[in-house]
Amino acid sequence: MAKATMITALAGGILALGLSATVAADDTPTAKMLVDTCAGCHGTNGNSVGPAAPSIAGMDPYVFTDMMYAFANGDTYSTIMGRIARGYTEEEWELMGEYLKSQTFEPADQTFETALVEKGGELHEEYCESCHVEGGKPLPDEEDYYILAGQWTPYLRNAMSDFQNDRRILPKKMGRKLESMLEAEGDEGLDALYAYYASFAGANQGDDE
Amino acid sequence: MSMNRRDFVKATGAAAAVGALGVPTLALGNTKKVVVVGGGTGGATAAKYLKLADESIDVTIIEPNENYYTCYMSNEVLGGKRGLDDIKQTYDGLKAHGIKVVHEAATGIDADKKVVKTASGEFPYDRCVVSPGVSMLYDKIEGYSAEAATKMPHAWKAGDQTKLLRGQLEAMDDGGVVIIVAPPNPYRCPPGPYERASQIAMYLQTEKPKSKVLILDPKQRFSKQGLFTQGWERLYGYGTDNALIEWLPGPDAAVTRIDADTKTCYTTFDEYAGAVVNVIPPQQAGQIAVDAGLADDSGWCPVNKKTFESTIHKGIHVIGDAAIATAMPKSGYSANSQGKVAAAAIIAMMNDEEPGVPSYVNTCYSIIGKDYGISVAAVYRLSEDGQTIAGVEGAGGLTPTDAPEFALAREVEYAYSWYDNIVYDIFA
Repeated sequence: MAKATMITALAGGILALGLSATVAADDTPTAKMLVDTCAGCHGTNGNSVGPAAPSIAGMDPYVFTDMMYAFANGDTYSTIMGRIARGYTEEEWELMGEYLKSQTFEPADQTFETALVEKGGELHEEYCESCHVEGGKPLPDEEDYYILAGQWTPYLRNAMSDFQNDRRILPKKMGRKLESMLEAEGDEGLDALYAYYASFAGANQGDDE
Repeated sequence: MSMNRRDFVKATGAAAAVGALGVPTLALGNTKKVVVVGGGTGGATAAKYLKLADESIDVTIIEPNENYYTCYMSNEVLGGKRGLDDIKQTYDGLKAHGIKVVHEAATGIDADKKVVKTASGEFPYDRCVVSPGVSMLYDKIEGYSAEAATKMPHAWKAGDQTKLLRGQLEAMDDGGVVIIVAPPNPYRCPPGPYERASQIAMYLQTEKPKSKVLILDPKQRFSKQGLFTQGWERLYGYGTDNALIEWLPGPDAAVTRIDADTKTCYTTFDEYAGAVVNVIPPQQAGQIAVDAGLADDSGWCPVNKKTFESTIHKGIHVIGDAAIATAMPKSGYSANSQGKVAAAAIIAMMNDEEPGVPSYVNTCYSIIGKDYGISVAAVYRLSEDGQTIAGVEGAGGLTPTDAPEFALAREVEYAYSWYDNIVYDIFA
């Protein structure tokens, strides 16, 4: 599984929160009330209509909490998410994460280069699949998954740019895989991967760019 | 343990008996009715979120316009990046959710009888949402009026006024001065006049480079000021002799009188003639809210900060620009957020339950130039005494002034993504 780098550091805190999450304090909004505040940018119930803001519906709750933590403390560069993430408590992040997990992820309806999909699938299988299982789909029985399949491409591009420019912590294994993929394929390899992930679209299958 | 109305009706077994006890909603049967006055950002959000939470609620929007043009992104229409159709929203999506949309103007609200009145009749409600936006106080500037606004548009409600102002900008000869008369606080969209100046400057820079924008402002400070002036310095020569934007602060630059025929603005000591003049007048709550007695002496509507129920008239919830929401600015995202808080409170109150703890947010992007966006954001909580909506300390705030180029470009990406998502959240 893709291991979130901060999860280990946070584990104690999150586990503690997990135990207390069922005892919602009187001043804690409901999970739905909290997640409704996200919808203006991330879409109703977390399904973004794009293009730059990612869908957050169906996210792994640990990954969600981990990402909020990294935004809040600056480990992951953001324009605005750090400012937003710091507005909620860790308990609220966890409530939001659990609620988002219960929402059905809808793959982004976006155009992509159909000619690159097959190549992208091969590259995914070779370099990414061992952590991002089944193309990076939200999987009910998996833990610590990141949604790649059907995620908005402009978001994935920005996220990759952050990984490559020290604006987001690049896990060691991912760094090695990425380096060998880029050595073999160049940036076109990334384009092929983006096309492959976009090809999981629902309504708009395979429209050429 | 409380009993909701349905249980109560069941328990008494006879509708007539309930009537005798004076439960006013009885005449409506068991269906709970909410009437929403105003189908803009706040009203449409509240209607949709009421219906999504409980489809049995009978929700009716009273809105005179067939379509809604969002004020947000309307500055891009002025700059030429978008067409008017790109900010047009229809009510088809809300109708598909089972929300009734009546295209009439509300002429009155009777809080005692619990009815909203229009020319065609009365719409009874259990709870009413009033989201009328702002009304223009034309008489605060001598010579200004709805008629004068056909020559010197405010374009502070999107649609025909936006189209008019864009047409004037397109028709203007190179070398003309575009005057923006900024309003005093509080008003809809605090950074709006300054984003507008930026968007018009961007248009002039490529199409009419000898022209300039002159902002006449009654205020000495404005929203995101440091970021705007930094952006103007970088992009539009702000502060130099060739500046595309000039800003004159109050109180000296406060416009007290205009002449629509000569397109002249008068301050206490000076006069300024423009080729195009955009007069954004002082504002107060939308007229229907004032007429219904929902506004206080300030011209805005005091509300319970947890439920947005009017503190003047029970059963009526005022949201969006018209409401006094402490730290929350009068913005689209605020109205959207308040619509959701109000919808949740209304459902609880109609079920005789205590409304839950609210959570509110605002995010506001301004697009200063190509690939150059800035933002302000805040997460809000209800204060312990329930009297104020306060920003969470240590959170929120502005784009940093040392934000790198790629980040400013991303803010534009996110602004566009925000627009698509928020209008979908409200209207689809």
